[in-house]
Order: sequence, then C-alpha cells, then structure tokens
Amino acid sequence: MSMVTLRIQRFNPEADAAPVYREYTVEVDPTDRVLDTLNAVKWYQDGTLTYRRSCAHGVCGSDAMRINGVNRLACKVLMRDVGAQVTVEPLMGFRVIKDLVVDMEPFFAQFRSVLPFFINDARPPERERLQSVEDRERFDDTTKCILCAACTTSCPSFWANEDFVGPAAIVNAHRFIFDTRDAAAAERLEILNDREGVWRCRTIFNCTEACPREIKITKAIGEVKKAILYGTARA
Amino acid sequence: MIHTHHYDALVVGAGGAGMMAAIYLSRNPDLKTACISKLYPTRSHTGAAQGGIGAALANLEEDHPEWHAFDTVKGSDYLGDQDAIETMCTEAVDVIVELEHMGLPFSRTPDGKIAQRPFGGHTHHFGEGPVRRSCYAADRTGHMILQTLYQNCIKNGVDFYDEFQVVDVMVEGGVCRGVVAWHVHTGDLHVFHAKATLFATGGFGRVWSITSNAHANTGDGPAIALRAGIPLEDMEFYQFHPTGIYRLGILITEGVRGEGGILRNDHGERFMERYAPTMKDLASRDVVARAISQEIKEGRGINGKKYVYLDATHLGADVIENKLPDIADFCRTYLGIDPVKEPMPIQPTAHYAMGGIPTDIDTQVILDAHGTVLTGMYAAGEVACVSVHGANRLGTNSLLDLVVFGRRAGLAMERFCRTAEMPGIPADPTARTEARFGALLATESGGEPAARLREEMQDVMQDNVGIFRTAAGMQHALDKVRELKARFAKVQVMDRGKRFNTDLLEAWELGNLLDLAEVTTVCALNRTESRGAHMRDDFDKRNDVEWLKHSLAHVEDGGPIRIDYKPVSITRFQPKERVY
Ligand SMILES: Cc1cc2nc3c(=O)[nH]c(=O)nc-3n(C[C@H](O)[C@H](O)[C@H](O)COP(=O)(O)OP(=O)(O)OC[C@H]3O[C@@H](n4cnc5c(N)ncnc54)[C@H](O)[C@@H]3O)c2cc1C
Ligand code: FES
Repeated sequence: MSMVTLRIQRFNPEADAAPVYREYTVEVDPTDRVLDTLNAVKWYQDGTLTYRRSCAHGVCGSDAMRINGVNRLACKVLMRDVGAQVTVEPLMGFRVIKDLVVDMEPFFAQFRSVLPFFINDARPPERERLQSVEDRERFDDTTKCILCAACTTSCPSFWANEDFVGPAAIVNAHRFIFDTRDAAAAERLEILNDREGVWRCRTIFNCTEACPREIKITKAIGEVKKAILYGTARA
Repeated sequence: MIHTHHYDALVVGAGGAGMMAAIYLSRNPDLKTACISKLYPTRSHTGAAQGGIGAALANLEEDHPEWHAFDTVKGSDYLGDQDAIETMCTEAVDVIVELEHMGLPFSRTPDGKIAQRPFGGHTHHFGEGPVRRSCYAADRTGHMILQTLYQNCIKNGVDFYDEFQVVDVMVEGGVCRGVVAWHVHTGDLHVFHAKATLFATGGFGRVWSITSNAHANTGDGPAIALRAGIPLEDMEFYQFHPTGIYRLGILITEGVRGEGGILRNDHGERFMERYAPTMKDLASRDVVARAISQEIKEGRGINGKKYVYLDATHLGADVIENKLPDIADFCRTYLGIDPVKEPMPIQPTAHYAMGGIPTDIDTQVILDAHGTVLTGMYAAGEVACVSVHGANRLGTNSLLDLVVFGRRAGLAMERFCRTAEMPGIPADPTARTEARFGALLATESGGEPAARLREEMQDVMQDNVGIFRTAAGMQHALDKVRELKARFAKVQVMDRGKRFNTDLLEAWELGNLLDLAEVTTVCALNRTESRGAHMRDDFDKRNDVEWLKHSLAHVEDGGPIRIDYKPVSITRFQPKERVY
C-alpha cells in the first residue's frame, strides 16, 4: 500500500462559477485501478464526486476521462502506471454536466449520422448468410468499438471543429462498409465524403493511441478514404 | 418537478432482453414504445458476455434441439420448467439466424457458416460427450449482440430515455400502469404511463464481494417488484461461475475450457477428472465451482491460497490471440501475465441469478402458484424466472434466454397493446418514491456511508451464502443483513444536489441489494436440500419428494417474507441422478 494524491477537476454548473481542481489523498494498492481510487474518494471522502462507471473492466465504455492528460478508461489503468500524483479531468470537447461526466448526446448524434446499422433489403436465405473467414476478418477490428469517445475527444481536428463527424463514427461506418453482407456502403461513403467527413482527418494518430480497445483507427479511416477515392469498398 | 409521458408500451432496461423486445414493438408503427435505461444502452452488462450463445445449429457436427433441451433440464438439476426449456431450445435455431440477418458478425466456420464451440454441460446424445453448440463472435459475443440490437433499434427509430432510472412501478387493482423514473441528469421525476410494461433490468451480482457483474447490477427490477407486491421465484439459486480472476472477480469465459483449457491445483493435477470423469473441465458450472472450492478447502489451492490455475498455455498463441483476444487482454492488463505463457489464477465469482420475477412462457408476470397474471406487466432476461435455468444455468443459455424471451415479450406486448385500453394513473403516483428518497436524505450529517454497509453485506454474503452453505452460516448472514437494514435507516448521502446525483442513487441501489440479500438468504435457509447451485452441508442430497418445486417469496406491505410454492413443469425428462 502507498499514498497517492489525486488532483481532480471539479465542476458543478448548478453551484460553481468555474471549474476548480481539488486534491484527495488515498491509500492504494499498485494493482488498483484508477476507477477503484475514484471510488475510494467517492465512497469514503467526498460523495459529491461524480463520474460514470459500470463494468469496471474496460468493456462498457462508461468511464473514459483524461488521466494525466491522456484519454483512458479509468477502469483499465492501474495505479502503478500513473505515479503518486495523478491528474484526472473530463474528456475535452463536450459540455461538462458535472465533474467527470460530459454530455454524450452530440457524440451519439455523430454516431447515428453514418447509418450505423446493417442494411440489406434483399430477401435473406432460410439460414444464415454465408461469409468467408477472410471476409469476416476484413472488418473485425472495427467491431470492437465500445463507443467510449476516447478517440473522438483526443482528436485535434474535432477540437478545432465540433461538426467533424469524428473517428468513432468513422470506425462504426467502416464496420459496415467493409462487411460483404451489407448493401449500403455507397451511401455511407457519400456521407463521409462530406465536408465534415473523413477529409477532416489529418492522420495525427491521437485516436489510435487513445483507443482502449486498440483498434487501428487511423488505418480504418485511411481505408475509408481510399474506398471513397476508388468509389468502392470492394476493391 | 414531475413530468408525465404516455406510451402504449414501456421497456425498462436496454440490455439484450430489453432491446430485443423494443425491436419487435417498434415494428408496429401504430404503437408508441419507449425504452428507458439507467445506462446508455451500449453500457449494459450484456456487452460483457464473452463465450457464446447456444443453439443446435449443427454447423460442425450432428446436434438437435432435443439434445439441447435435455442438457438444459439436466443442468437445471431438474428444476427448470420443461415446457419453457423446449420452447427456448426449439426457437434458438431460428433466433440465431435472425440475429445474423440483423447483421451480427459471428465468427465463421471454414465454409462460411456461424462458428460453434463446446461449452460446459452441452452434450450430444443426451450426455455422451461434449458437442459444439455455442455460437460465438470471438470472445465478445455479448458485445456483438448488444451492438447489433442497439443498431437495429436506431434503424427502427426506437424512443430511448437514456440515464433515466426507474424507481417504482405503478400497480393498482391487479393492473400495471407504468413506472416512475428518476432523470439522472436533472433529478426530476418522470411518470411513464402505459398499457404494457416490460422489466428487463438484468442481474444483481453486487450482493456479493467477488463478482463478474458490473457496478450497475444492483437488482433494481426485482427489488421494485417485491415492494410492489410481486413475488420472486427461486431466489436461493445464485450461480457462481467457476473462473473469475483471483480477487477481482472479472470473468474468464468458459470458452477457454471449451477451447481446451484445463484446471489445475497446487500439485499440477487436472482435478476435474476426479469430479466429472466424462465431461471433466466442461461439467456444468455448479459442479466445477464446487470442485474448485473443495480443492481450495482441502489445501490444494495454489500455494495454499484461495485460487487454482486455469491453464491455457498448451493452446498456442494462435488460438488465444484469435479466439480469446479479450481474455488475453484482461490477463495482461489486470494481472500482468500472458496466458500464452502462464496459467491464470482463478476463483469462483458470483455471476448469475437463476431466480427472479416469475413469468409464464409469454413473459407475463405471474403473482402466485396458480399462475394468476398481473395484467400489463412483463419480465424477460436475467431479471425474470420463466424458469429455463432452474437450479443451475448452463453457459450460453442466458444470452439465448434474452433473445428468445425478449422476442416473445415484444410479440406478446404488441398483441396486448393492440386491443387493451389505457389504464388510469393511480392518484399521487410519485408519493412512495418521494417518501423513499426523502428518507435517504433525512440524515443531514453523521450517518454511515452506503459503501461501508455495502461492503459488510458483500462480505457476509460471500462467506455464508455462496457455494457451500451451512444453516449456522446462513442464519448469521441473515442476522447481519437485518442489522445492516436497520443501520441503512441512517445512511449518509453527502451530495444534496439534484444534478447527476449518483451518491443518492447508489444509496437507493444499496437498499435494493439489501432487500435481495435478505430474500436470497431466507429462501436458502428455507430449502432443506441441495440442488444445483444451492449446496448445504446439513442437507447434502437432492430431495425430489419434498423439494421438486419452485419457491415464491412474497412481501406484503412491508411485512415479513412469506414463502409458498409452484409446481415444476415436467414433460419429457424424468428426474435422474446427475453425473457428468
Ligand atoms: C462477464 C459476463 C459474461 C457472460 N457471458 C455469457 C455468455 O458467454 N453466454 C451467456 O449466455 N451468458 C453470459 N453471461 C450472462 C448474460 O450476459 C447476462 O445474464 C445477460 O446479458 C443479462 O442481460 P439482460 O438484458 O437481462 O440485462 P443487462 O444486459 O444487464 O441489462 C440491464 C438493463 O437494465 C437497465 N436497468 C437496470 N436497472 C434499471 C433501472 N432501475 N432503471 C432503468 N434501467 C435499469 C440497465 O441500464 C441495462 O440497460 C455473462 C455474464 C457476465 C457478467
Ligand atoms: S467501467 Fe466499463 S469501461 Fe470502464
């Protein structure tokens, strides 16, 4: 066990004029998650500290936040990896509702804008549609997205222009564009060829580094760009 | 501020069960449907499910729904209702194909079909040996189901109320009239008035200290139901999954053993050969979890500690990286070990509620042993007890339960809403909620933190109402839980604001957990036999003469818990001794 200091950005628009940083000292195990440490503060020191969390093992996407300046899931970072002075702040680019909780509505609106659902109006066979192992592998990486927003809120192009559809939405479009069973790739490519689409991406790689699921996001965006240029995803 | 909404149908919970129902409801454009969830839909714990979803597709070898049904009945230790089980296993094939048609990216066989792998308790020819029945998408099957259903809900324009926490159900005169919800963002109360209401709120693993369940799995649904006079069925049966990560409880899917992983004790021995000669590491979960606990009890845990090894090192990097990538990631992140090279330290972890809100095969909530229906109320998924899992659930059968009975719920509610009249709203529908929240805020200072009460509850339940149960231990747990309930009256909520007050909501959730801990323990003490997940030292045999029946726990007007019974439906498979 050792003592660490958490420096947390606090802001309750109901009560505060501006965000402030508050410090909390907590006894931790090196293998504790940052989320466990936040819980220790909330449960035993200051119940007003507010953040989202659910699964506690990196699969639900609730607790993306800035930890020492980088976007991480609090439940997927261990205390031994963050040092004795830890700064915790909300994601950048979305309105703060309270403390580490940001307004996710614009994020989900971006997601919904790319037709993030399977489209194929042809009558399906009696049994499953067939798909080869290779064709299934083609979009495997982008099926891993948990919509945590760590990528989009790490992107300088998004900070500069909040109308940019953002990496997460492109990842979810990619998941369908490259699925051989889907029939609406062309429509999605057209949406992403828009001013606020893929071309805002400047290949900075922040998104790829931020992704807790280790999705190769910049590569996926590149594939979408290429598909737009060639006019097809099936090349 | 109180807001009122009127809908035909409400779906409470946006996990697999809730969203499957919502999709079916949304197919009728004349119906107004709302889906209310305390989490964003994609945060639901269905997304954590790893291993697979069971269906006798026979994509890789011979298989039949009857075999699946037999395995499920046997797995349930003969407490499952066989009419419901037959329905589930028969509809399984069709519902998996439907998920594929909705776009679900299953892993594939070399000839392009949905891939399948072996799982605990799933056999060919009525128990002869393992069969490949679990349909999977790598080790994130639940994630893919949750995403696919959410995507289809968006496609169909489902009306979502995200981060609305349902805190009460309006039942009056034997008719359900909707729910009361707390809008997390504003702290305002919303009355959702409807003809048909589905509870699909998931499980309550947070009653125990070592659990695979999310922080959000606090059993709000069953606790609300119980307070509204709805009984809970078979609450003594709670499943401990054999393989949780030591101390953290994070699940390591049975798929690891399905792919060939082996359990070993401190001597390196494959001890499951002694407990289950045919199925070995793939025996059903209650059997494997008990065997692990027995090894630990007898001093054969690793270095005498409370864990054993799950060894996958012989599977090779290819299988682990391609078929079990998330498991590898969990081990690297939380344990700092590489499962390709080192065995995983595991212990049983509180996992799944077999019991819950009693329903009939169309998911209608029933109120008593005679099957009296509560008009307008439905339940599906882990919160419900149909009962397809009886005393012990087989792996892959929960995801299946969600989609089969979620679909049945959607269909039944749609039929009901087409002809039903809108019921009236009770007078002062929020009074009970305001009183309850008022009480939580009554202690201005000097009270006890909810977290301390919760930890004490989790510890006593883990030690005494877990895998091995004794009368004295259960009685001790019951006394302790009742003491905690008394102390809960002075719980300290520090956050006094309205906006996003998760401090207050966590305290409210603790009240639910305490109620469920009490019911679970009372039912466990009451059942003087051992069956499935319920194992006690003083009655260590199954007793079909006296106990081949479901228990129903009732609480009337805050009075003591009363238990009565409901018969088990037995159609094809007569109870036999269980050997794996
Ligand atoms: C780690 C893990 C792995 C698993 N793996 C498998 C597997 O491989 N195969 C298998 O068959 N089963 C598996 N299971 C079991 C299965 O995943 C769950 O039983 C199932 O997903 C539960 O689904 P559900 O729809 O009932 O509830 P959930 O998915 O938990 O959803 C509950 C919903 O209810 C909402 N809710 C809860 N309370 C309220 C409230 N008060 N107000 C409003 N909304 C509320 C939540 O926001 C959420 O949307 C696994 C379980 C775990 C924990
Ligand atoms: S709490 Fe689910 S991702 Fe961290």
